[in-house]
Amino acid sequence: MTETIAATVQPGASDDVGEARSLTQDAWRSLRKNKIFWFSVLLIGLFVLMAIWPSLFTNKDPGFGDISNVRERPSSAHWFGTDTQGYDIYARTIYGARASIIVGIMASLTTLLLGGLIGVLSGFYGGWFDALLSRVTDIFYAIPLLLGGILFMASFPNGPNSSYFLVVAKVVLVLSIFGWPTIARLMRSSVLQVKPNEYVLAARALGASPWRIIRSHILPNALAPAIVVATINLGVFIVAEATLSFLGIGLTPPAISWGVAISDALSAIRTYPHVLFFPSLFLSLAVLAFILLGDAVRDAFDPKSR
Amino acid sequence: MGKYIVRRLLQMIPVVLGATFIIFAMVFALPGDPTAGKCGERPCSPEYVAKFREEHNLNDPLPVQYGKYLGKFVQGDLGTNYYGIPVKEDLAKRYTITGRLALMAIAFEAVIGILAGVLAGVRKGRFIDNLVTVSTLFVISIPVFVIGVFMQYLFGIKWGIFPATVPSLEASTYSLILPAFVLGSLSIAYVARLTRTNLVENLRADYVRTAVAKGLTKKRAVGVHTLRNSLIPVVTFIGADFGGLLGGAIVTERIFNIQGVGGYIWKGINSRDGVAVVSTVTVLVIVYLLVNLLVDLLYGVLDPRISHD
Repeated sequence: MTETIAATVQPGASDDVGEARSLTQDAWRSLRKNKIFWFSVLLIGLFVLMAIWPSLFTNKDPGFGDISNVRERPSSAHWFGTDTQGYDIYARTIYGARASIIVGIMASLTTLLLGGLIGVLSGFYGGWFDALLSRVTDIFYAIPLLLGGILFMASFPNGPNSSYFLVVAKVVLVLSIFGWPTIARLMRSSVLQVKPNEYVLAARALGASPWRIIRSHILPNALAPAIVVATINLGVFIVAEATLSFLGIGLTPPAISWGVAISDALSAIRTYPHVLFFPSLFLSLAVLAFILLGDAVRDAFDPKSR
Repeated sequence: MGKYIVRRLLQMIPVVLGATFIIFAMVFALPGDPTAGKCGERPCSPEYVAKFREEHNLNDPLPVQYGKYLGKFVQGDLGTNYYGIPVKEDLAKRYTITGRLALMAIAFEAVIGILAGVLAGVRKGRFIDNLVTVSTLFVISIPVFVIGVFMQYLFGIKWGIFPATVPSLEASTYSLILPAFVLGSLSIAYVARLTRTNLVENLRADYVRTAVAKGLTKKRAVGVHTLRNSLIPVVTFIGADFGGLLGGAIVTERIFNIQGVGGYIWKGINSRDGVAVVSTVTVLVIVYLLVNLLVDLLYGVLDPRISHD
């Protein structure tokens, strides 16, 4: 009996009738047709490739400064010109992608994991546990990201011999410490929305463990908004890193990053705008790509926007 | 209502305590010696250093220092900074200018952001909608400090429309326009996008269709029926963004050389002036929490269905 129904429904007709699709499949279907989605994925792919394998794009050494050739206009030898220290701006910009992309992705992942965990726990268990976790969230939420970042980085400055890894890790750490409350609040409220649903009650009545209920019923239905915000936050974190570097306390030379390059170039904005233009352009494109990706994913997951 | 406010104020206490402790601990870890460079070219005498450390409780362990600080703070004493000037006096001067800057930035957000969002939402898919969408994305993806330095160069130096720097504490409103716009620029873009999204969503609601079917003009249907509901998330955003504005003020004030709270914190950090930094940030956090309480109370005004009883 079931076999005959399956046999009659399945072939070919699935597109007309509409097969049973999960929200994720549905979202993927609408994403696939979205041009902006592919544009942002392409850009992000390009930046990630730059971060992993910069020598693919340039054979120049970003650490080689030719003092006799400073602030040169773009030419065939130096595509984007040279900066105040005689560095090749094109090479610096390509190599600078690594710091920004690492900071963005790591900070976003950490906040998603930490904020997601705290949000789920406080939303799911409720009671005094929720009250406690919510106050802790409020405490960190009350300190603005940039302010906390400035204080932290000023308290634990980079020494002249700090390794690249340490310098980047510190920025990731501080952005995670002051960035997770947004995700936690969001996650908590979407867990509270999912929890009263019948399928959760049914699972509980059937004797499923809390861990199982969270994993297979709550998480899949409550995760979408947090993922969207984490994607958009990626851009926010990249900008925050650049801002800290602009103040001279984020990434510091010899680390190469767009923020460091922009901050160096700002002093010469009147006379040599091209030094500022290229790193700003790349930074903005990266931020733009993550915002567009986040927007596209949100539209795909939100049936109301169709 | 009264009960709600009291409960919220009580909830604020642990939050303020926790946040100030974190800030205190970070400032406590500030490297460097606050007495360094206080006595000119030569090192300070041991007596002076000992007296200085004693006066500012620098020899106590962190929790004791924090407790002593808090005891004074509760009595309204924000302490004296390392130059012997009461922080309260300094702050009173500096909060006026930063407050004006932040209020002007919020005004820009509310007026330009909501206007652009409404225009884009009402004419969804048309030219103006695309223009607003593209320009807001443009603003969001460029870091504020690049926008700030660029606008300072363009309007302040090249064209000379606005003063390039505003060092005076009694700056005119006119001279603050450019810094306030820069400070608010990112949020203007967010407000515009948020207003547009909510407006578009609400314009499809049944009650709007009913309103139009009854023969109301489009202006009234949008202005009275839709906008009010669409503004709730926008108001939340502006309230939550207030903290971001105060943080962003550090960057903006540095670009335009404004002697406000941001500049004060920055100076305090660089001169290892712990008391000044902690007090300033604490006041800032309290202001921020109060603004958020105000926003929650505003909900009830915008949407009578939400009550705080």
